[in-house]
Amino acid sequence: MKHTLRQVFHSGKFVAGFCILVALLLLIAIYPLFVKGDPLAIIGQGTFFPPGTYVNTYDSIYAPNTYTLNLKDAAANRIAQRLPEKDREEMKTWLVAYGIPEEQIDVNDIKALLDIWFENYDPNESLGMIYAKQRYYQRLNDSIRNLLSIEGVILAEKNPETGELQEVGIVNQTDYVNINEVANVRVLPLGTDNFGRDVLTELVRATAVSLEIGLVAGVIATLIGLTLGLLAGYIGGWVDDFIMFITNLFTVIPSFVLLILISFSIGQEKRGAVTIAIVIGLTSWVWTTRAVRSQVMSLRNRDHVNLSKLSGHSIFYIITHDIFPYIASYVVMALILQISSAILAEASLSILGLGPRTTDVPTLGLMMNWAMIYQAHIMGRWWAYLPVIIMIALITFSMNLMNTGLDQVFNPTLRE
Amino acid sequence: MDNGSGSCLKCIDLTKIYGMGRTKTLAVDHVSLEIHNKEIVSIVGESGSGKTTLAKLLLGLTEPTEGEIYFLGKKRDISTHKKRLEYWKNIQAIFQDPYSSYNIFRKIDDVLLDCINMRDGKNISREEKVHMMSEACRFVNMKFEELTNKYPFELSGGQMQRLMIARVFLLKPKILIADEPTSMIDACSRATILDMLLKLNAEEGTTLIFITHDIGLAYYLSQTVYIMKKGRIVESGTAEEVILHPKEAYTKRLISDVPKIREEWDLSTVVYSTE
Ligand SMILES: Nc1ncnc2c1ncn2[C@@H]1O[C@H](COP(=O)(O)OP(=O)(O)OP(=O)(O)O)[C@@H](O)[C@H]1O
Ligand SMILES: [Mg+2]
Repeated sequence: MKHTLRQVFHSGKFVAGFCILVALLLLIAIYPLFVKGDPLAIIGQGTFFPPGTYVNTYDSIYAPNTYTLNLKDAAANRIAQRLPEKDREEMKTWLVAYGIPEEQIDVNDIKALLDIWFENYDPNESLGMIYAKQRYYQRLNDSIRNLLSIEGVILAEKNPETGELQEVGIVNQTDYVNINEVANVRVLPLGTDNFGRDVLTELVRATAVSLEIGLVAGVIATLIGLTLGLLAGYIGGWVDDFIMFITNLFTVIPSFVLLILISFSIGQEKRGAVTIAIVIGLTSWVWTTRAVRSQVMSLRNRDHVNLSKLSGHSIFYIITHDIFPYIASYVVMALILQISSAILAEASLSILGLGPRTTDVPTLGLMMNWAMIYQAHIMGRWWAYLPVIIMIALITFSMNLMNTGLDQVFNPTLRE
Repeated sequence: MDNGSGSCLKCIDLTKIYGMGRTKTLAVDHVSLEIHNKEIVSIVGESGSGKTTLAKLLLGLTEPTEGEIYFLGKKRDISTHKKRLEYWKNIQAIFQDPYSSYNIFRKIDDVLLDCINMRDGKNISREEKVHMMSEACRFVNMKFEELTNKYPFELSGGQMQRLMIARVFLLKPKILIADEPTSMIDACSRATILDMLLKLNAEEGTTLIFITHDIGLAYYLSQTVYIMKKGRIVESGTAEEVILHPKEAYTKRLISDVPKIREEWDLSTVVYSTE
């Protein structure tokens, strides 16, 4: 037994898969220690905030110290940020439509461009454009109004009695705050999702839940498959006929169709993560049963089984001591495959909207489902679905690697 | 033949068909034989003639398609676990391939303890059990202290077959079916094993059914010989009758395959060591 364990860990593929899985498990275990709070908490007001560091503006203004830094490219950066090339091209389009000769407009000379713009732009001029386009130009016009100004911004407070504005300070363009001195800074490495939840926190929790679902479903499927396979293969006769009849029924109806039907009939309200796991487990044991059965059939006429019979052992003892140990490694491999396919099954179910209730737990499948409903893939909100896909791929990849590794250890004919 | 000790095991028209339809194999075809107490009987046949199948039928490890088996004059009944247990206390076997005869997950001690538990029940003290196991190992020229806590697959083929004989020594069955016990091991260990089987017959009075493809061995060991061909018994009688005056061409061919049929086996090659 020890010997086999050592061999297993000498298999490069198994070790690689095992390391990936352990890394994921460590992430699941350690991440919540640093980022506390409900992974389903809705923190963003709006959908799909992009990944990045969010600095509280109010706290920045009231930071204990302001520093003056004279950086050469600060103004250029500011303009490039607020008026990217795309918007400048749009401005040119408007101006050309308005009647300015095209040669006079140079989108790279921002100062000249802005001069022409402010001289000619009229928010009430529709130029036959659609309403959305008109709004776009109005917004653009507002946002670039002070682009070239070198003045700061005056801060004012409202006098609680008179209601008048009183100047309390000024923010210059060369003013900086140290981010460490800002009270509220939140890093959202993967932004937020359609509900305004922190995607990374949700992803870590979803991975844990999906692994749990996989484990529960895999263990259920393997236990059922193992028991039925052992009974059918060893006892044979009408027991075998009966079990194979049921197994064939389940084979003819694809298990995924069955899964859909059962999930659907349970109803949205009653579908928790555990329920889904059980349903997946109950519909995916067929393959294990068949595999175990054929293994057992090849074992039951072996001489060591005959010797055990001659030593007076009961059927139960023979199945548990003379048959099971011989297929145990095989069962472990089947379990690993079942776990990874159960995770995929949950994801597929959830994408169809038949997964667990959204309000309880996140799962990888549910995250995909919502990203799709809100068309994250069309709008280019990659952070809402790409990390989820990568996570699913990592889990199944690591498990399949482990499986291939085990296969090579237990099945010498596959070794190089 | 053995001063009136009577019929021990008898079968009538025993038939076994494997599979069905096109893949049907007639492995044993209407075999009838009678084995007497304390006798040594050989069943000789070429590969695939159904010897192992016949042994399994007699042992009750497979159900016959047809035919009846009588044990100690009564029709054999192994319909329940309890009755099977009782039957197997009386009839034991040594299999052809020692390397696949043992459960690789169980230790030698377990193999021997199973036999003690089966024969004498479980309320025996640990010391008593160890004593019995040591005695059994001594019978086959091995040392229990060297075997304890080892696995059977750590032994050589010859040692494994001797462990099998130690099992039989502990169980003390009336009948032992030895299915080509020496076909997978070297010539040196072969003589040792054969000698131990003879010792079992002489000291414990075990009836021996010896299955072999080597008619020379049959001549050397047994009083009665059955010749088997394609599932049928084609010739039978005392060893002298069958081997010195064969009637069937098949038997003559089997004899011509063995060069030195009349030579006595040289027992000086018997090795009495634990290797
Ligand atoms: N479990 C089985 N299922 C189907 N056919 C079998 C089975 N066991 C044996 N047979 C067939 O029955 C016939 C007799 O086999 P058996 O093993 O009894 O021969 P044998 O005389 O012991 O041969 P050997 O000397 O090679 O051991 C063979 O044709 C074999 O293919
Ligand atoms: Mg055989």
